[in-house]
Amino acid sequence: MAKAYTPGLLVTTHRRHRCRRILPIAGDVNVSKGDQVVADQVVAETSLPGDVNPVNLANQLSMPASDVMDCMVVKEGDTVEIGDTVAQTKGIFGFMKTTIPSKVAGTVETISPVTGQMIVRGAPLPVQVKAYMSGEVVNVLPGEGCEIEADVAYVQGIFGVGGETAGTIKMACQAHDEELDAKHITDDMAGAIIVGGGRMTAQAVERARAVGAAAIVSGGIDDADLKNMLGYDLGVAITGREQLGITVIVTEGFGDIAMAARTFEMLKGFAGQEASVNGATQIRAGVMRPEIIVPLDAAPPASEGSGRYEEGQLEIGRPVRCIRDPHFGVIAEVSGLPSEPAVLGSGSKARVLEVKLPTGEHAVVPRANVELIEE
Amino acid sequence: MTDTPTLDPDKIKVILATDCGSTTTKAILIQYVDGGYRQTHRGEAPTTVEKPFADVTMGVVNSVTEIGELAGRKLVGDDGRIITPATDTEGCDIYISTSSAGGGLQMMVAGVIAEMTAASAKRAALGAGSIVMDVIAANDGRRPHEQIQRIRDLRPDMILLSGGTDGGTTDKVVQLAELIAPAKPQPRFGSDYEMPIIYAGNNQAQGSVSEVFSEGGFDLQIVDNLRPVLERENLGPARDKIHDIFLEHVMAQAPGYDKLMGWTGAPIMPTPGAVGDILQTVARIQGINVVGVDIGGATTDVFSVFDETFNRTVSANLGMSYSISNVCAEATMPNVLRWVPFDMDERELRNHVKNKMIRPTTIPQTREALMFEQAVAREALRLAYKQHKEFATTLKGVQQQRTVGDTFTQETGGETIVNNMKLDLLVASGGVLSHAPRMHQTAMLLIDAFEPEGITMLAKDSIFMMPHLGVLASVHPKAAEEVFDRDCLIYLGTCVAAAGNVKAGKTAFSWSFNGHSGEIKGGEMDLIDLPLGETATITINPVRGVDLGAGPGKKVEREIKGGTVGVILDGRGRPLALPEERTACQATIQGWIDSCDMYVEEEATAAV
Repeated sequence: MAKAYTPGLLVTTHRRHRCRRILPIAGDVNVSKGDQVVADQVVAETSLPGDVNPVNLANQLSMPASDVMDCMVVKEGDTVEIGDTVAQTKGIFGFMKTTIPSKVAGTVETISPVTGQMIVRGAPLPVQVKAYMSGEVVNVLPGEGCEIEADVAYVQGIFGVGGETAGTIKMACQAHDEELDAKHITDDMAGAIIVGGGRMTAQAVERARAVGAAAIVSGGIDDADLKNMLGYDLGVAITGREQLGITVIVTEGFGDIAMAARTFEMLKGFAGQEASVNGATQIRAGVMRPEIIVPLDAAPPASEGSGRYEEGQLEIGRPVRCIRDPHFGVIAEVSGLPSEPAVLGSGSKARVLEVKLPTGEHAVVPRANVELIEE
Repeated sequence: MTDTPTLDPDKIKVILATDCGSTTTKAILIQYVDGGYRQTHRGEAPTTVEKPFADVTMGVVNSVTEIGELAGRKLVGDDGRIITPATDTEGCDIYISTSSAGGGLQMMVAGVIAEMTAASAKRAALGAGSIVMDVIAANDGRRPHEQIQRIRDLRPDMILLSGGTDGGTTDKVVQLAELIAPAKPQPRFGSDYEMPIIYAGNNQAQGSVSEVFSEGGFDLQIVDNLRPVLERENLGPARDKIHDIFLEHVMAQAPGYDKLMGWTGAPIMPTPGAVGDILQTVARIQGINVVGVDIGGATTDVFSVFDETFNRTVSANLGMSYSISNVCAEATMPNVLRWVPFDMDERELRNHVKNKMIRPTTIPQTREALMFEQAVAREALRLAYKQHKEFATTLKGVQQQRTVGDTFTQETGGETIVNNMKLDLLVASGGVLSHAPRMHQTAMLLIDAFEPEGITMLAKDSIFMMPHLGVLASVHPKAAEEVFDRDCLIYLGTCVAAAGNVKAGKTAFSWSFNGHSGEIKGGEMDLIDLPLGETATITINPVRGVDLGAGPGKKVEREIKGGTVGVILDGRGRPLALPEERTACQATIQGWIDSCDMYVEEEATAAV
């Protein structure tokens, strides 16, 4: 068998990239088809229904739910402020009335004669969706959002934390395997997307955050540093909503691991250019990986390298990343695709492939333990 | 429901079944061979629900193509579809599938009292094969605005609302409806998708509940009360409705499922629902108590049938890949490492765990990596079983008839019905158990995590075939039963374990069968050969205070079955206790590993 399917991460100097910018609920779309937008431009906005506050009036008035309606001072649709009387008993001969002031401001949504419960909804919460990526609006979804397309260079990372941001790419390391430490971060990196090489240290992230960098990208990170940064041990890889003040992306994995040389060189080639990044990672169904998007002025001419390999196919000569010990992090080349399963050192039987390591040695690894470097 | 053509079971000779899991899609081929149905080939491929593929059928076709190559039978046509009906050389007569991809079925349930109607609603949702994201109850300790915020944050596929017995007061359950409606919960898939709400509560409140959900984009479905009286649950109608909505709404929204549903000859079932069906069938036919476990990448499902009462729990973040980091966090690393008989660098290990989490499909290549993953698996299974025991209880809120003898027992309902001493069969499935290089490892993982007591048969679903058979049983029960008997379960052997007052180094029990005999001391284990297919009558004489099923110190004589591993004699006592001191712990573990032949040196043909 000369080919086999395996997934991989995308790293490419050019692709026509499309991103959907959708509101969580229906609202207004501010752009039209054909518009050119920039990353921080608001393309759609709406208001989320405000917070809901239930008020159990039957309990507070000490009466059956069915009697509550007779005591209501406000009705559905009315606006109430904190302290406004919402219900009042008739009292005895006009005296000894019990009044219920509202503890929240908002609009009375419902009053239930079945439960004696009033629902007050708070002020609407504004929500804005930005373009995120500079490009052209190619499709408008009325009331929902739009789709933006651009010619971009694209790097898919393996894991990230923090959400969408944008900035100028600045190289902090000179080599793809150079550890990214605090000493590499300078004050002029405020608002930048800092690109390192090997593992990023906790001090580097802290310093980047202190100078006001938008994002920090490098080959690896230590789990202990991530835990300290987040303040908790991440149990499942569903991220993107962290409020760290910086977006953090690793391209290869956890531990002492160098960024793939090709990725490093590519990002180096885009130093000084604007890019959009998103650390959101969701490693479950509907997988989402962090990304670095560099909009290009124009599509470059097709190079010899692009399209050499079929997407998702393992082929002889194709570069792969070993993603498990004992060769974790090594970029190797497929040298053989035996069809018969082999017995591993663990005793398990699995389908394997042969790879040529950078040292020139050949090794046999399970197919499950390599990842294609998609171009 | 999806309309499916009716097939004549007698004409079904080639059956293709897939299970689309969150990590891999597993396909099996069942053929009519020599007068019976047998599982003949299997294949698997990564599931392709995620981008860039975003089409589950690609993984299905890849796994089926692998089977086709192995079987020498063309199963996928040039148009990329599965070929039906079968001819002598190609295609299948029926294609069926289960699914837990796309995160499976995710539900929120609500009930008035957490321990009563809400617990029953949770049981109904779990029994239907769902993951329960949260349980909202009037007495769950959260304030109403906190409950509403939680409902808003969740993105369930559907909501099951229950509360009240038939004819009882209506206001509490209507109050719950009034919390859910304004929260406007958003479904996971599709902005134009109306949130399905299943109401299975007090029948007197149906009108009021309908009114509450009449506006705001809800699709309200009313079924019979799942707790019509406190003393009885009626979970069937709610479970059936969950299955219907799963097919009509949820599956139709997941990437590629509309296409897949057009290919199958029977409705797609949620994977755990299918497993539950087949286990209940086995327990009923054989009249035994069964516990089944399926440890996956993201979750661990535990199923139990004790005295014909079925329970299922899903431990949402206890799994071996997506959730491996959570297992280590929840169990703590020292608890994981107590199962490893050598030193490991903790910083490196933590990074390995995270790397497995972000690249969930990798497999251990070295012996050390395998032993570490099996240590994590023991902890994941232990925690999942603990949660199961806490959930599988007698009905709460039921008045107990008490006699004078019960005066001091303080039992008021709600005790766990899981009794390890009454457990007859423990079935393992899921990658780390099914794909363990040696079945001895599977057996030891089960014993260490579940701590069965007395005499318990151990088995594994060799290639995770139970889901396929669960759905096959709905269209061809005979084929499902035959394959279950012949090919699905691999009997590992029998565990004979001492409970009670076991003293380290002192005799716990003596045993004899088939001319063999011996003594097991406290803290020791032994493995005695009894091949697959053979049975023997074992005689066990426990010392005073030690129980093997007949009571402390009482002799036991019972028939036991052999298996691929044999008879495991366990004198470690219950609950299992390991030495605190690391070196002593490593020596103890190594002793147990050696006693049970867990790992043996085999020639590895691949470089490591």
